[in-house]
Amino acid sequence: MENSEVRLMKGNEALAEAAIQAKCDAYFGYPITPQSEVLEYFSLEVPKRGGMVVLQAESEVAAINMIYGAAGAGGRVLTTSSSPGISLMQEGISYIASAELPCLLVNVNRGGPGLGTIQPSQGDYFQATKGGGHGDYHLIVLAPASVQEMADHVFLGFELADKYRNPVMILSDGAIGQMMEKVRFNQPEVKRIPKPWATTGKNHYKDRNIITSLHIQPEKMEAVNIHLQEKYTEICKNEVRFEEIQTEDAEYLLVAYGLSARISHKTLELAREKGLKVGLLRPITLYPFPYERLNKLADKVKGILTVELNAGQMIEDVKLAVEGKTKVAHYGRMGGIIPGPDEILENLESIMKGK
Amino acid sequence: MPEETLSKKDQTEDTLIEQECAEEEWEVVYERPFTLLDTHMHYCPGCAHSLMHKLIMEVVQELDIQEKTVGVAPVGCSVFAYDYMDIDMQEAAHGRATAVATGIRKILPDRYVFTYQGDGDLAAIGTAETIHTINRGENILIVFINNGVYGMTSGQMAPTTLIGMKTTTSPYGRDPKGMSHGHPLKIANLIAQLPGAFYVTRCAVNTVSNVRKTKKALLNAFKYQQMDKGTCFIEIIGNCPSNWKMTPLQTNKFIADEMLKEYPLGDIKLPSKEELKDLEAEEGVV
Repeated sequence: MENSEVRLMKGNEALAEAAIQAKCDAYFGYPITPQSEVLEYFSLEVPKRGGMVVLQAESEVAAINMIYGAAGAGGRVLTTSSSPGISLMQEGISYIASAELPCLLVNVNRGGPGLGTIQPSQGDYFQATKGGGHGDYHLIVLAPASVQEMADHVFLGFELADKYRNPVMILSDGAIGQMMEKVRFNQPEVKRIPKPWATTGKNHYKDRNIITSLHIQPEKMEAVNIHLQEKYTEICKNEVRFEEIQTEDAEYLLVAYGLSARISHKTLELAREKGLKVGLLRPITLYPFPYERLNKLADKVKGILTVELNAGQMIEDVKLAVEGKTKVAHYGRMGGIIPGPDEILENLESIMKGK
Repeated sequence: MPEETLSKKDQTEDTLIEQECAEEEWEVVYERPFTLLDTHMHYCPGCAHSLMHKLIMEVVQELDIQEKTVGVAPVGCSVFAYDYMDIDMQEAAHGRATAVATGIRKILPDRYVFTYQGDGDLAAIGTAETIHTINRGENILIVFINNGVYGMTSGQMAPTTLIGMKTTTSPYGRDPKGMSHGHPLKIANLIAQLPGAFYVTRCAVNTVSNVRKTKKALLNAFKYQQMDKGTCFIEIIGNCPSNWKMTPLQTNKFIADEMLKEYPLGDIKLPSKEELKDLEAEEGVV
C-alpha cells in the first residue's frame, strides 16, 4: 500500500493499520463492541505481513497484564477495548502507570454505566483523565475527532508513551471507531528510543532491571509519587494540544472534543449563518487539558457551552480553567444518544437569551 | 560486597582463612550460587521459599542462563523474590503472573521466562490466567508453591487448604459443604489435561531426597522451555511454619503425613520419549 494513497476505512481499522505502520511489536486484546474490528484487522493482516505479535487474550484483565509484561520487556505494545473492558483493566493500568511502562491504550467509549449500550458515549471522561484506577496517576489522553486522527494519534501516542515512560490513552467513541472516512497514512519515519530499563536479561554491562510498583517503605513510595507528579507537570508544560475554530471574534464559545466537537463544528456553522459569533475550542489532549488557553478565551467571551455525550464531565475542567470569569453551561445527551447540531444550537441560543 | 569496601580487619581474616585452607587443602564442596544475592531474606525460618529461591538460582547458574532469564514475582509472601534473585524480574499484579510472563515471552522469544506463584495467587485469583496461559501452551515455566494457606496476609484459607485444616478464616476447620469452603483444588491435575501442558510434576522440599528431585525437575523444565513444546508446571508442596503454627521440623512431618496424602508427589504429565529425542541427544536430559 502506498502511504500517500487515500483509503476509505473505519476508525477502528485505521487505528490498527497505523499501529502496524508504527511498528507496534505486540497487540493483546479481547473482543468487545464497538471496537472488535481492531483485533479482527490485526488477525487478518498480521499473518500476511508479519512483524508483530497478535494475541486474543482470555479477558481484558489478562490483556492488560500481558501489556505490562511486554512493555516491561521493552516492546512497543497496544491494547484496545470499550468502556466495560477498560473498567476491568483499571488495576493493571494503575500498575503500569506506577511502574512507568510506555504503552498505548484505546477506549472506544460506549454508553454506560454497567453493561450499558454499544452506542457512542463520552461517559468515560473522568475515568480517562483523572486516573481511573487506584492511586495518584495520570494517563496522557488523546481525543481523536476523525478517522484520520484515529490513525495519527497512534503514531503520536507511541511517541509520547516512550518519551515520558507513561501509558497513553486514545479516548475515542463508538461513532469515530465505526464510521468510515478517508484516511491517509503519510507519517514521518517511526521513531524508536532505547529502553535500557527493560527486563531483557541481566548482563555484565548493566545492573539487573526490576519492573515493579511495590515500594513498601513509605519514604520510597512517596519519592516515587513525587517523581510521577513532576513528570505530569512536565507533560502539562509540553504536551497540551487543541484546535480553535473561529475564536478570534467569538462572543460565545463551544468547548467539545471527539465526536461532540464534530457536531459542534456544524452547530458553529449554523450559528454563523444566523450571524451569531460562535467559536469552538476542541481539546485534542484531554490530559493535559488546555486550561491556560481557555482561561485567556474566557476573558473575551460572554459565555461557554460544553457539549459532551455525558451528564457533564469535562465541564468541571472548563470551570476550573475559566476561574469564574464567565458563565459555563453544559449540554449533553447520554446513553448512546447523539444530539444533532440544531439541537445544540437551540440550547446555545437559549443561553444567549439568558434563559 | 565489593573487595575494596572490606575493612582491613576483614581482609586480614580472609587472608588467614585462605592460608589455613591452602595448608589443609580444603575443598569447596558447596556454596551459595552467585545468582542468589548475598542478603538476608525476609522469610520465616523453615519456610520453603528461601530453599526454592536457591534451587531455581542454582539451576539458572548451572545452565549458564542468568543473562537470558526473566522471572515474574507474584503477590504473596514471595512478592519480594526480586530482592533475592540476581536476574531481571517483573512484579505482577495478584494472580496475573502468567499473563505478564506471556507478554515478556512474546517480546523476547529466546529468553527463559518463569513465574513464581503461591496458591492464592495461582489457584484462586489467577485461575483464569493459569488455565489459559497453559491452554495456549506458552513456553514458560510456572513454579507453583502450594502450602495450603495465604501466608502474606497471615494465614487465611486458600483453595488448597486441606479439609479440616484450621486457618484464620476457617477457625473450625475447612468445611467443604457446611461452610461452603469448597474442596482442596488440585490445580496441577486439572491443568495436566490441557494439550498446552508439556511437563507437569509435583515435588516437595521436606526431605533431602525430595529437594534433589525438585532440583532435577527444575533443571529439566528450564531446558524444555526452549523446545517450544508448551508450558512446564512444577508444583511444590511448601512448608509454612508460621501459619501452620509448627516448628520447621514439624512442618516436614506434616507434609509427609498430611499434605502428600491430598497432593501425592510425582510426575503428572511427562513429555514422551519421542518429544525429548533431540534434547536428550544434545544435552542428556534425564
